Amino acid sequence: MGQVSLTDAPFSESFAATNLDWVVNWARKNSLWPMPLGLSCCGIELMAMFGPKFDLARFGAEAARFTPRQCDLLVVAGTLTWKMAQAVRLVYDQMPEPKWVMSMGVCASTGGMYDTYSVVQGIDSILPVDVYVPGCPPRPDAVIDSIIKLQDRIQLERPTRDLLEGIPDYHDMGTGAAERQPNRAVIQKKKPGALIGDDI
Amino acid sequence: MTDENNEVAENATQTRVSELLSSLECTVTCAYDGMASVQCAPELIHAICAKLKTEGGFEGNTLVTAIDHGAGLEQRFEMVYQFLSMEHTQRVRVRAMTTGDDPEVDTITDLWPGTAFSERECFDLLGVRFAGHENLRRILMPEGFEHHPLRKDFPHIGIEPDKLYQKWDEERRSAFAEKEAGK
Repeated sequence: MGQVSLTDAPFSESFAATNLDWVVNWARKNSLWPMPLGLSCCGIELMAMFGPKFDLARFGAEAARFTPRQCDLLVVAGTLTWKMAQAVRLVYDQMPEPKWVMSMGVCASTGGMYDTYSVVQGIDSILPVDVYVPGCPPRPDAVIDSIIKLQDRIQLERPTRDLLEGIPDYHDMGTGAAERQPNRAVIQKKKPGALIGDDI
Repeated sequence: MTDENNEVAENATQTRVSELLSSLECTVTCAYDGMASVQCAPELIHAICAKLKTEGGFEGNTLVTAIDHGAGLEQRFEMVYQFLSMEHTQRVRVRAMTTGDDPEVDTITDLWPGTAFSERECFDLLGVRFAGHENLRRILMPEGFEHHPLRKDFPHIGIEPDKLYQKWDEERRSAFAEKEAGK
């Protein structure tokens, strides 16, 4: 066999130079598996969003699994009562990392018009929320827009930081840029012995 | 159905119920909505209900609830029952004023087993106790909830609404910490 160069076919069409963070984020953001928690009328709009008319499959997030073990995007759609809050928190804890949370509708975000003793006044008091969707209920377009915003945010993460932790100055090259950028990988990184629920 | 017919039906119910309950101490009137209304003492509720069912043909219960007339009143809670007779196509209402902040009346689950749920709801939301009820626990609010939300002196935003969740959360965390420490 003679010497093969990367500029020769087929390699010239099969390789691309990029950075690992970008590739991992690109794969993650385009294959979000939602865990639908349809708690009230927002669940109906959620179903419409999965349906053919709005077609969430265009953004790679149509594989809704009704088990938290296979999901990475928790969509809390609707009014969350204190009686239900324990179940929702358990669902979140059962999801594997990395995971994101969407608060769909005003009831999930703030309690909405249910300013009462039985309703959680915003799910951010029990869960770390990544994206809020206003509306009562929000249109499927709005939810798709928020999923795109979440994808943009996922693209900013640094998932390989743990792998490359030993390399000095890898991330900011001594400029301090990594400290200024949003970096969920650092926030979500579990220290040994950290407790569940320490994320909020 | 014309108004004339309505009036006849009301009067017939009222007359029939009055005759039926003549041996018991109660007053039978025609309520503003046209339903025959029996007013009695809370001790007589069970006796009147038993008579309505066995002799009056009121085989169905449609409502068990209470009205909170306001905190601090001597006669605070008013019990309300409604019954239906398919045989006579008549309805009747039984009302009784109770005394005190923590009233107790006799259960009617021995007459209509289905009222067990209505009485549980009444106990859960208004705090009325039903003596003789076999399974008198909360039905809408979670176990461990300390208040009765439909009472007039209960604030609509609640009293420490997250108390039960925080308690559960702390127990869960401490159990997890113990498990981690044992490793």
